[in-house]
Amino acid sequence: MTEAGLPTRVRVKAWALPGHIRTPGYLRGKTGEIERRLPAFPNPELLAYRLPAPEVPLLRVRFTMAEIWGPDTPHPDDTLDAEIYAHWLEPADAP
Amino acid sequence: MPHDHTHPHPLRPDQDGPLTEAQLTEIALRELLIEKGVLTPAQITAQVTAMDARSPANGAAVVARAWTDPAFRERLLTNGSAACREMGYDIGTLNLIAVENTAVTHNVIVCTLCSCYPRNLLGLPPDWYKSRAYRSRTVRDPRGVLAEFGTTLREGMTVRVHDSTADMRYIVVPERPAGTEGLDAEALAAMVTRDGMIGVTRL
Repeated sequence: MTEAGLPTRVRVKAWALPGHIRTPGYLRGKTGEIERRLPAFPNPELLAYRLPAPEVPLLRVRFTMAEIWGPDTPHPDDTLDAEIYAHWLEPADAP
Repeated sequence: MPHDHTHPHPLRPDQDGPLTEAQLTEIALRELLIEKGVLTPAQITAQVTAMDARSPANGAAVVARAWTDPAFRERLLTNGSAACREMGYDIGTLNLIAVENTAVTHNVIVCTLCSCYPRNLLGLPPDWYKSRAYRSRTVRDPRGVLAEFGTTLREGMTVRVHDSTADMRYIVVPERPAGTEGLDAEALAAMVTRDGMIGVTRL
């Protein structure tokens, strides 16, 4: 488990929220592996509106192209890494 | 030449339209800062000059050092920000991750949400980096985008796309070209290109 209380395999929450969101739509609901743990940063979803923004752990998550685009993607083992804030992640085996 | 000739070349229109809200805000803020004695026009010009002076040469020097100094390479890959500060680059609050190309891995950088770019090391981003086409297609079909830049990968190579979604910025450490064993860091730096450090080309 990481310090953010997340196992290595994580899923991006499939939330559809309005506002200033730094979680790209194409990764929501997708499962990947934590590539590295980064420092915590002020939550940009609040910072963007000049609200008090508590720091949130940031994680780099690695996804396979097959996971993002489906098994028919021409290079399924190529990868995509993205930075995702901890509150957008849940264990991959969560219901 | 007077403008009575026909135009085979594209003509960029004069900006005769009304100012945008952002432009008005910038002018108002700048004039207030000067009027209240917070900044002088010379200080503002000096800052603009400093920002314009940043160029890919900074990133190239970092890459060349990584090629020639194995201990520095380790530090760069572990903590990119600290390694750049160690070289004397004033990178401000930049949080840098360096990703290394190898014989079997190729890295490419994109920012799908906006146009995050390591300006302190590479200067201003090229217009294509900010285009919707590059931002959307690089995550969907990275090899197609690379091919359009003339970059073909050897059989068996893996592509790693890095979407700069939040607080980190990225630089690709290209693979050191073959046959450069005798060159010093300065000569090597001259071989490192902006596009190589974005990862759309290989050296």
